[in-house]
Amino acid sequence: MNRFTGFLKKEFLHIFRDLRTMMILFLIPVLLVLIFGFVIKNEIKDAKIAILDLSRDNASKSISSRLSASEDIIVTEYLSSYSQIEEQFQKNLVKAIVIFENNFAENLVRENKANVQIILDASDPNTASLLNSYVSVIINNFISEKFSLNKTIPLEIEPRMWFNEEQSSSYMYVPGTMALILMVITALMSSVSIVREKEMGTMEILLISPLKPYQIVLGKLAPYAVLSVINAVSIILVGYFIFNIPILGSWFTLILVNFIFITMALSLGLLISTLTNRQETAMFISVFVLLLPTMLLSGFIFPLENMPNFLQYLSYIVPAKYYLNAIKSIMLKGQGILYSWKEISVLIGMTILLIGLSIKKFKIRLE
Amino acid sequence: MRILYRLILKEFKQIFRNKIMLPVIFIIPFIQTIILVYSATLELKNSDITIIDMDKSMISANLISKFQASPFFKVELMSYNEKEISDALLKDKTKAILIIPKDFEKNLRSGIPVKILLNLNAIDSQSSGLINIYVGQTVLGIFKDFKPFLSKIDLEQQMPKVDIRPSYWYNQNLNFKFFMLPGILTILVSMIGIFLTSFNIVREKEMGTIEQINVTPIEKWQFLTGKLLPFVLIGIFDLTIGLLFGIFMFDLPFEGSVYTMFIFTILFLIAGIGIGLLIADFSNTLQQSMFMLLFFFLIFILMGGTFTAVESMPDWAQAINVVNPMYYYMRVVRSILLKGSGVLDLIKDFWALLVYGITTVFVAVWAYRKTV
Amino acid sequence: MTETEENIIEVKNLVKKFGNFTANDNLCFEVKKSEIFGFLGANGAGKTTAIKILSGLLFPTSGKVMVAGYDVYKHRNIIKKNIGYMSQGFSLYEDLTVKENIEFYAGIYGLRSKEIKFRFAELVEKLGIQDMQKEFVKSLPLGWKQKIAFSVAIFHKPKLVFLDEPTSGVDPITRRQFWDLIYEAVENDITVFITTHYLDEAEYCDRISIMVDGRIDALGTPAELKQEFNAKNMDEVFVKLVRNNNLQNE
Repeated sequence: MNRFTGFLKKEFLHIFRDLRTMMILFLIPVLLVLIFGFVIKNEIKDAKIAILDLSRDNASKSISSRLSASEDIIVTEYLSSYSQIEEQFQKNLVKAIVIFENNFAENLVRENKANVQIILDASDPNTASLLNSYVSVIINNFISEKFSLNKTIPLEIEPRMWFNEEQSSSYMYVPGTMALILMVITALMSSVSIVREKEMGTMEILLISPLKPYQIVLGKLAPYAVLSVINAVSIILVGYFIFNIPILGSWFTLILVNFIFITMALSLGLLISTLTNRQETAMFISVFVLLLPTMLLSGFIFPLENMPNFLQYLSYIVPAKYYLNAIKSIMLKGQGILYSWKEISVLIGMTILLIGLSIKKFKIRLE
Repeated sequence: MRILYRLILKEFKQIFRNKIMLPVIFIIPFIQTIILVYSATLELKNSDITIIDMDKSMISANLISKFQASPFFKVELMSYNEKEISDALLKDKTKAILIIPKDFEKNLRSGIPVKILLNLNAIDSQSSGLINIYVGQTVLGIFKDFKPFLSKIDLEQQMPKVDIRPSYWYNQNLNFKFFMLPGILTILVSMIGIFLTSFNIVREKEMGTIEQINVTPIEKWQFLTGKLLPFVLIGIFDLTIGLLFGIFMFDLPFEGSVYTMFIFTILFLIAGIGIGLLIADFSNTLQQSMFMLLFFFLIFILMGGTFTAVESMPDWAQAINVVNPMYYYMRVVRSILLKGSGVLDLIKDFWALLVYGITTVFVAVWAYRKTV
Repeated sequence: MTETEENIIEVKNLVKKFGNFTANDNLCFEVKKSEIFGFLGANGAGKTTAIKILSGLLFPTSGKVMVAGYDVYKHRNIIKKNIGYMSQGFSLYEDLTVKENIEFYAGIYGLRSKEIKFRFAELVEKLGIQDMQKEFVKSLPLGWKQKIAFSVAIFHKPKLVFLDEPTSGVDPITRRQFWDLIYEAVENDITVFITTHYLDEAEYCDRISIMVDGRIDALGTPAELKQEFNAKNMDEVFVKLVRNNNLQNE
């Protein structure tokens, strides 16, 4: 055991002595969470639109000025003819063009019905459909205020937003970024640290030493486990203090779940390290194979429920999905560890499976 | 030219000999693209909703059947129980719980305002917002069916109506695959280019082979061009194959011209790989280069508008995007594919990428030191 | 340019510092054309630093250094055309074959394909590596890697070749074979600048310099040095030098 603690100490010193790498390892995750917490939004803000007002009457002008007064929309230009529309889109100048038909106000009063056309650049379908509803709401509000007959519908739906009253999108994206960063960086660090020993030929020396192979692996991974837990905690603090993401459950449970997820990521790194003898290959596999699935199939950017069935099935093998479910229920719903027992057992099961596979691979190599 | 040819030949030999990297470069990107392209959709479908009917009237039954018939919802019924409501939301058994109150029908008929409570799990604020809208539309549907009964309400009264007709240009059916495919493909292809170029050079540093090269009379630009070109070529190849998959499997439109696409792709790859070269200049170990690459790359893809709209980002983020090659390229690719934009339409992006590419490569060559 | 003279390397007052550490302390020496110049010293004495400066991999802190008639401050690229270099790590690409390594390095020296083909055929003949030329470098024994690395270093027929500890880690017979290659290079008018810590190899050199702690403490033919230090062999010369040095330090 003494031998092992000695080895462990060396591994820790190895990492913690290199100040530059340390800074990078601690700063990068926090910086990324900070940036993405502010940047990734699914609301519309400052969407550029142009208006083609063929009528130029009071009603169309009032609606136009309401549109430009909206915080979410910027009216960049008033067009004078249909022929200008195409250019606006081709040059990516606007996202939508609102067209008022001839005699807009007159039709509204005389025929009780007038037409507005919204042409949307649907090359980004998400923005297009959101923008459509934003503009529609503004127009409809105008009409009902202007022509209100003081008769509102006597039926109202009162939504109650559980767990996220202000409907902040940070509740989705900050934990998502956390999963992404912990997954990729942890797997990356562990796979590289082992492959590096192999590449430098020092792995053989370690294997000849009286240390047992599991001790070597444990010694290599332990410092990164500590490092990753520190990372997780600093990310949680950023979420708590800067993005006001509550931590309703217990800190202990939260850190425990993080620790389990990190162990899983480390074992994944271990498995990757058995595949190759070259650092850059290990790095590339860690990032390349993990990045997009973790981003897209964990519920980080797009909700899983709306995906086609085969993707939902596929998401069962994405560890970040379980992790996200578990930490959201602890942080946002204030649940104890028992509520997430399924997620936690899956993560532990995955860890065991990955370690088992690595040992098998490792043995084949030795024989 | 002879020297460049030798350099490139050597790189290709080394790439094609790495049995693990070959599939990573030439197969995995396509598999990932084809699978992950399905991951984005705005449509709500089969969303779990639980309805508590405390009225048990004809109208409430009609309302429930409306939800059951809707493709957006998967309905489950429950009886009122305070604890079970919060339990269902806590345990993610359902996304939304709609409570139809007692005397719902009676009050409606007599014109007394009615409130329907909708409990939503709002952690994913976008989904819950959508559910809220769809529930609203479904509920209003009852007024059409029960017009005779609810005559006192009469929604169709004299209020003028604006008929708002959206027309979705360039992607009429709001097909998300047209949006996702170029995004995913670009991420994968540029990652291959930027990461591998950088690793390649840093590896030569770690292995010491770079010394042997540095004692030769080879010019710095020759050496770096020899590193850049193979990965630009691989990038173009991967992107072409990926787009062909898109066109034949997913009916991805290709409205623009092939040559516009190539011009921008080459410019983008040079700009991106130029950054890879720069990072390699400043790294001595693969680990250092890895972390710098990862940092910049994540920022590039998540801020560049690959999945979320750039316009919604705060101003400082948009300012940062000036130095984000992905920001230009994502917009350009989608414009070329879906709108058929030409170089002249995208002239600003053209200059931006050109200047960007020249600058990064130039600085990378300048910062590369044959002698320390 | 001073190439008319018979010195191919001229070093005057060369100093190289890394921070506070002086790796090369006021070195002065010349290397004559077509000689084998041995650069001896213990590990860490500053040999590799000097060789890296001479071959243009490092900037000197101060001093005058002329290689092949050109100034290392100004004309590094012309110098590089005229020199070959073999480092301690023999910088061959492990995942390329012998043939591919040679073609690659010859190619970046600007040799034409025809020329490369011709010279390579000669080399194969000379080294007897018909069977080996298509093998990956990683599968070669150390001795062969050294021979191939040396052949790469002189493939473009430089005027001068720098060898940084080329023979470390191999058996005496392989070392002897390696020296045969060196002699052959000298016959072809290539000057050889070699660092080594095998003192028996010093006897094979025309002239040697011995570095201790960044300084050159002795310089001359092996015979001259043995006489000067009153020693039977180079081992003794070296031991006496180091001992003197230690005495001075105390």
